[in-house]
Amino acid sequence: MMTRRDLFRIGGKMLVLASVGATLEEITGAAPASEAYKMADHWWGMLIDIDKCIGCGNCVRACSKENNVPNGYFRTWVERYEVPEEGQPKVESPDGAMNGFPLPAPANVKSFFVPKLCNHCADSPCVQVCPVGATFLSPDGVVLVDQTYCLGCRYCVQACPYGCRFLNPETNTADKCTLCYHRITQGLTTACCENCPTGARQLVDFKNPKDPIHEFLRHNKVQVLKPYMATEPKVKYHDLDGAVR
Amino acid sequence: MMIPGVDGFMYPNEVELQWSVLIVLYPYITGLVAGAFILASLERVFKVEAVRPTYRLALLTALAFLLVAPLPLQLHLGHPERSIEMYLTPHRSSAMAMFGFVYLWYLTVVLLVEIWLEFRPDIVRMAQTAKGWTRLVYKVLTLGSMNVSPAARAIDEKVGYFVTVVGVPSAFLLHGYVGFIFGSVKANPWWSSPLMPVVFLFSAMVSGIAAVLVLYVAAMKVRKTPVDMRCVDTIAKYLFYMFMIDFSLEMLDLVHRIYESDESFRSLDFMVHTRLWFSQVILQICLGTLLPLALLAITQLWRVAEGKRRLMYVVASCLTLVGIFAMRWNVVIGGQLFSKSFLGYTSYKMGFATREGLLPAIALMLLPFLIFWVLVKLLPPWLKRETA
Repeated sequence: MMTRRDLFRIGGKMLVLASVGATLEEITGAAPASEAYKMADHWWGMLIDIDKCIGCGNCVRACSKENNVPNGYFRTWVERYEVPEEGQPKVESPDGAMNGFPLPAPANVKSFFVPKLCNHCADSPCVQVCPVGATFLSPDGVVLVDQTYCLGCRYCVQACPYGCRFLNPETNTADKCTLCYHRITQGLTTACCENCPTGARQLVDFKNPKDPIHEFLRHNKVQVLKPYMATEPKVKYHDLDGAVR
Repeated sequence: MMIPGVDGFMYPNEVELQWSVLIVLYPYITGLVAGAFILASLERVFKVEAVRPTYRLALLTALAFLLVAPLPLQLHLGHPERSIEMYLTPHRSSAMAMFGFVYLWYLTVVLLVEIWLEFRPDIVRMAQTAKGWTRLVYKVLTLGSMNVSPAARAIDEKVGYFVTVVGVPSAFLLHGYVGFIFGSVKANPWWSSPLMPVVFLFSAMVSGIAAVLVLYVAAMKVRKTPVDMRCVDTIAKYLFYMFMIDFSLEMLDLVHRIYESDESFRSLDFMVHTRLWFSQVILQICLGTLLPLALLAITQLWRVAEGKRRLMYVVASCLTLVGIFAMRWNVVIGGQLFSKSFLGYTSYKMGFATREGLLPAIALMLLPFLIFWVLVKLLPPWLKRETA
């Protein structure tokens, strides 16, 4: 028999589901965040150190496995730039660098690797254009897609200046990096950061005064991708070359 | 490693195009609606009496195309069953979220009301004279109002005028808004332009006017009724003027891009000279704009015999329709062929019998003509002197 407590519990759940569409846990597939996790206390982003990236593709493989990313689509990828003294750079990212890069590395030309992922912009055009608000910026600074609500119109894919979104052929909804929301709300780091052998990728929490990012930003010059787009990216790059787009 | 159909570097998720030929049809069809309605309003609001023979035809054309306008979008969605959410929980900052409201406003408040008021005497007459089930259809269409007395018609006329006056800015809104959906995407330099809604609007008028002209001449041919040359001369004149404005705006956009030569220019210029050469330079500009403009200019500047003039109008209008379709193609597909890194190009592989392939696109383009045929049967738009 249903007790009064059950009634409140189920009724409350239904009320919440009906009012917000779905909970963050449902959207991200995460276990409920721990009691200690308060969204208002965090503002997530990432620091990428170009000089440390060796193009091994560990991050791409880890992300793909962790998030069941369909073949041929990428929540993160790595690009290899070859920048001549004059003229256009040569860029490649074979299969998103899922298997690293072919050897030998180019000689006699400036060359480096650039890991890419959703920039979790604070002023995100993808959030702006979504016709139903299925894409949103969470209070802790992560751009997420409610897959139970997305129409699959792909306006957000067009609006992203960085090519970070795709239509997931299995769910027929927009898909992108969630900054491993299911992990970071449990006190873990992202799959890509955890599997980076050189520490080129660091999850950062701009609201945490003890996060080493603050010390790093005081002593180093950083840049974001396409700053002229005024999207306020929260993925910061150290030693980013001007040729990178 | 080479990816088939890709030159240079694309971000990995960019290789596959997101908006297909169905999204090309969407602005094309809404453009025809807006253009046909604005032509109809010439008679009603701007008192251009010469175009009276096409007034009712233009209204039915607008309705036939408007009924089909949301279908390509619906077919394109990953989750069409969720499209109702755009009405229930629209995201106010989204340009696309307003489509449903603009569409409904235009369909119900403007077009259906105006058509009903215009055809009311015919509907009432048919409700009294028709036999069998058609009588029931007309009875329903009367909405219970059988009063067609001069006093009632005077009210119809007043309300109809008011609806058309509201309808003109609504038609501007409908299509200008479609242009804004593209023009406001700052990530895409091929689209991002404040001129986009204006260019869309004038190209809409051009395509709608051309469509009505072709439909009118074709209908008269089928009905073996002489074409009212004063009417088609006037329509052709408006087509010429609108096309001149449209072409000037597009050239302004082009000159602006060439002169500014911002970071995207090299990439877009290369695209126009390669992947878009046929659809943009040959189809849109040469065959779809310059040639019809030249034909129309000849009819404006020199005296041309009636038969030849009529033929030139029809050829110019058909070429215009092809040209405007090419323009929509170049905007929608062209805007996805280059990488936002400006370092590479991809190709569009259109399926045939797939959900977003050529076959459904052709079916969706034929559907308005089928609806138009039904509407013409139901509500004959012919004036008394054209009635056989």
